[in-house]
Amino acid sequence: MSNPPAVAEVAAAFEVERIRADFPALHQEVHGKPLVYLDNAATTQKPREVIDAVRYFYERDCSNVHRGVHLLSQRATVAFERARTTIRKFLGAADSREIVFTRGTTEGINLVASSFVRPRLGEGDEVLISAMEHHSNIVPWQLLCEERGAQLKVIPIDDDGDIILADYEQLLNKRTKIVGIVHVSNALGTVNPVREMIATAHAHGVPVLVDGAQAVPHLAVDVQDLDCDFYVFSGHKVYGPTGIGALYGKREHLMEMVPYQGGGDMILSVSFEGTTYNEPPHRFEAGTPNIEGAIGLAAALDYVNQIGLDTITAHERRLLADATSAVLEIPGIRLVGSARERASALSFVMDGVHPHDIGTILDSEGVAIRAGHHCAQPVMKRYGVSATVRASFALYNTDSEIDALAAGLVKVREVFG
Amino acid sequence: MSDMRELYQEIILDHNKKPRNCYVMDCATRSADGHNPLCGDIVKVYLRIENGVIEEISFQGHGCAICTASTSLMTESVKGKTVTQAREIFEGFHDMLTGVAAEQGLELGKLQVFEGVREYPVRVKCATLAWHTLNAAMDGDDDKKVSTE
Repeated sequence: MSNPPAVAEVAAAFEVERIRADFPALHQEVHGKPLVYLDNAATTQKPREVIDAVRYFYERDCSNVHRGVHLLSQRATVAFERARTTIRKFLGAADSREIVFTRGTTEGINLVASSFVRPRLGEGDEVLISAMEHHSNIVPWQLLCEERGAQLKVIPIDDDGDIILADYEQLLNKRTKIVGIVHVSNALGTVNPVREMIATAHAHGVPVLVDGAQAVPHLAVDVQDLDCDFYVFSGHKVYGPTGIGALYGKREHLMEMVPYQGGGDMILSVSFEGTTYNEPPHRFEAGTPNIEGAIGLAAALDYVNQIGLDTITAHERRLLADATSAVLEIPGIRLVGSARERASALSFVMDGVHPHDIGTILDSEGVAIRAGHHCAQPVMKRYGVSATVRASFALYNTDSEIDALAAGLVKVREVFG
Repeated sequence: MSDMRELYQEIILDHNKKPRNCYVMDCATRSADGHNPLCGDIVKVYLRIENGVIEEISFQGHGCAICTASTSLMTESVKGKTVTQAREIFEGFHDMLTGVAAEQGLELGKLQVFEGVREYPVRVKCATLAWHTLNAAMDGDDDKKVSTE
């Protein structure tokens, strides 16, 4: 500890302080203590750039899109469609028409379930998901399977929180109509080998939807390299506003898909005899969209690009490793999820203390974490716990925040003995 | 820390560690299940009611310290009481947690240790889950599942 820090460490520390200056919400006290925000898997704080982009839209360009002949509407439309292009580039998609704006990951999955899978799912057919899915990648499929008389099949995971790939391949068959798989688990932090899993599914002729909600803030994603059929994510987990997200879908799929909701903007012409639907992506964007959300999300992705996802990944990987060691030094702590590759999230339980109580005590120390089942009750059941404590890291977290987490956990031990 | 000691008083920590009346009751005349979907707390309350008196009460389940201690202390506080008296105690307990002035003269005794929970609105449901479940069991609505959400 007495050695002077290496040059690289100083540079990294400097960098993170500069980044923190961009996030107004980080600079506040809670319960009289500096805020230590480690609930990033739930939602991230927003940089000034995002807040300003949303404000700028309302102060200058506020208008509806795709309609007006007037200047404000043109500016709003340009900004909205430019946001689509930003998302396309961020995901490595070839064509902006493959990017559909949604309310978030949940709506993206429901859209694919409804418009792509429903028409091709018959009685006895199967939908294949993993045992570590978020409720949002379980329930839409359950609803659909129930309606169509189809079956929901589940790929098992091992004690560390890794998918059992051999079982996965065995579960794929000619009745499988879609695979829905999470890229990074919100409850365990597991980074799944989605590229390999997509190739396996495709070898069986099965399309794949990837839930990227917890991946896009932490890893560079290239949908063409993955060769996924659908990729969904939420803006608010990657420093953008809530209520906006995107669905990437291969053009060939989107072209043959039926509308998700009916309304304005998704049509070419309407008469009482019939309606001609608009082309993708507009076919799936009925009604006035979340314009300021799209613009804010684009600003967030620009911000992330400016720092660079490789830098972010390296910083967060180091934080996660350090936090894992720090937490394991406290007596009676057990990790839930120690997969080969993890990102951002650290899930654990403490002997004799319920996560909810840990959450309250940490909060009193200014440390915000998530305590609960993380909308992944089957995962909790798999590991025989009703809830876990989850600390999840973002690009603006620091070493001293890990110290605060560890100190808070020591206090928990003091209270509970 | 002092705030935390006010919330997690010794008696709460003790009942969390060694919950009283925590067993499955084979001869129960009534029972009900309670669930807090927000945090996964689950409690099942068993009652043996004879002539309107709670002769025996027990519970099973798992939850946070507030929930477990509250359930344990509840069983102690209503044992031997009539159903009407138990409902009155719940009312007083509920009023204490929601900040409504408790009715004059109502003795909450040990239950007073939960007063600190009032400062933590998200935790109030942890303290009241067992009581709502007890209410359902006293109503005799066996199939009724109590949920805090």
